[in-house]
Amino acid sequence: MSVQEVLPLNGVAAAPSGQFRADHLLVAEMVKPGSKVLDVGCGEGDLLQLLETRGIDGRGIELSREGVNRCVAKGLAVVQGDADTDLVNYPDDAFDYVILSQTLQATRQPKVVLENLLRIGRRAIVSFPNFGFWKMRLQLLIGGHMPRTENLPATWYDTANIHFCTIKDFVQLCDEINVKMERSVALDLYGRPVPLNLPWWVWNMFGEQAVFLLSRGGRK
Amino acid sequence: MGSVKSIPSPAISADERSHEVDRPSSQVMHFGTEQPLRLDCGVDLSPFQIAYQTYGELNADRSNAVLICHALTGDQHVANVHPVTGKPGWWETLVGPGRPIDPKHYFVICSNVIGGCMGSTGPASINPATGKVWGLDFPVITIPDMVRAQAMLIDRLGIDTLFAVVGGSMGGMQVLQWTAAYPARVFSALAIACATRHSAQNIAFHELGRQAVMADPDWHGGGYADRGIHPHRGLAVARMAAHITYLSDAALHRKFGRRMQDRELPTFSFDADFQVESYLRYQGSSFVERFDANSYLYLTRAMDYFDIAADHGGVLAKAFAGIKTRFCVVSFTSDWLFPTSESRALVHALNASSARVSFAEIETDRGHDAFLLDVPEFFDISRAFLQSAGKARGLTPKDR
Repeated sequence: MSVQEVLPLNGVAAAPSGQFRADHLLVAEMVKPGSKVLDVGCGEGDLLQLLETRGIDGRGIELSREGVNRCVAKGLAVVQGDADTDLVNYPDDAFDYVILSQTLQATRQPKVVLENLLRIGRRAIVSFPNFGFWKMRLQLLIGGHMPRTENLPATWYDTANIHFCTIKDFVQLCDEINVKMERSVALDLYGRPVPLNLPWWVWNMFGEQAVFLLSRGGRK
Repeated sequence: MGSVKSIPSPAISADERSHEVDRPSSQVMHFGTEQPLRLDCGVDLSPFQIAYQTYGELNADRSNAVLICHALTGDQHVANVHPVTGKPGWWETLVGPGRPIDPKHYFVICSNVIGGCMGSTGPASINPATGKVWGLDFPVITIPDMVRAQAMLIDRLGIDTLFAVVGGSMGGMQVLQWTAAYPARVFSALAIACATRHSAQNIAFHELGRQAVMADPDWHGGGYADRGIHPHRGLAVARMAAHITYLSDAALHRKFGRRMQDRELPTFSFDADFQVESYLRYQGSSFVERFDANSYLYLTRAMDYFDIAADHGGVLAKAFAGIKTRFCVVSFTSDWLFPTSESRALVHALNASSARVSFAEIETDRGHDAFLLDVPEFFDISRAFLQSAGKARGLTPKDR
């Protein structure tokens, strides 16, 4: 399935029964069949189940006990753990891909987490909500309050998301820690990819979320 | 002042118990002098026997065998009425028709551990060299010894690879030892409420229990069998102390609180005024009817010595390097005997070995004993783990 064929869905909200989330389909499409994958922050295991249907050996880490137990009760190989503290236990090159789906902004040390992803996995796939999205900017600029959206409905005082960034910020971080961007896709509010031929600032403005396929940079 | 009742004498005679020790009402596998059990202490145990129960049928591929490992005071009667106590099998919540481990799908094996007292060779058995009960002449055994003996049984049953090895507490230790010693023979491992080593606190509790047994004048340096007696008071105290560690403060409070036993007011005596006292005395006295005091010493010792990392240069992950076994580790929030931190240490080591592992901590206030009780979330997880493993093992729907 190509990126362009991804069905339009309402952002990262749960898909109707039998369907998978747009960003999950996009992530799954980036993973080569037969590979070994670690999903960090795997929630209730929806992405892992999607990967399993494609013959991929998937493992998961999830912070919430309820999430973990639901995953294990689905027969998935998921352990309770914290991206910030438990990734250090995994050896180098343990996985072909390590996925961080909509979790980066909830980690205490996004930079350290990102470095760990690319130590454990030969490649990493990272998706996150883009705080440079025009609706976010507008809320802060005109409304004068911290942005809240359908997909990020929590108020500033009770959100688990403590490290928001824009696509531009993320690209700069990748450059700083010598991470190579093999593929990058921004999804608009409807889960549709923002056309590839448009410049970065358009992505940063119209991408509601972004998905990056990363590998270790060659720079010394 | 009211009467002071001590723990009553067992209703079952030593003779009835010894019958199960040497001629158990189970299947028995005999190993002759040509096949000794090489023990960690350096002794070759021979001849010896293993008492075991099986449920269900082995499939044509011999790929659906599930080994259940019992805990400290358990035995092979996992899913049938107990021949001594008449009570239901100790894990009928997990094993049986419609349960996560259904004999309709799996060939279930459960054997009494070496050192036990329900038909496998142990300190209560007759030493063939002397014609007398082994007593303390029996060599000290370890968890790896128990597993080595089980592997010999599995060989005899013609099974190469076990579909699953399942156990809680000391049974969970055996599960982990199986994966460390025979990784290729274990397709999946379900290790519940256990640890890769016994903690200092747990060794301390075991020492308390052993000292209670040895302080009983009827123990006679372990030689009570020759005198036709049993140190039931000491063993009951050991059981009472241990039983407290299997529960939790919250569970005891919920179950008993400070309620009185069949009375309104304190008797101003040392009688069992409180329900919790009465309950503990019952636990103690019913235990001694079915368990041998020396066996209790040996099995607690085996748990104390258990430390997988120590057997692998101090690095736990080395024990599981390159392992293909699928693991499911389960702990319970209120278990303070084998707390979640122990399971987490195991999971970290398995992650470091890139093993396929599921790990769930289940919220309950029922303490360590939760693994034997009706905890639906635990059953859901066990069922799903085994079904998923069965799919990977290629067990046909009929087999599963």
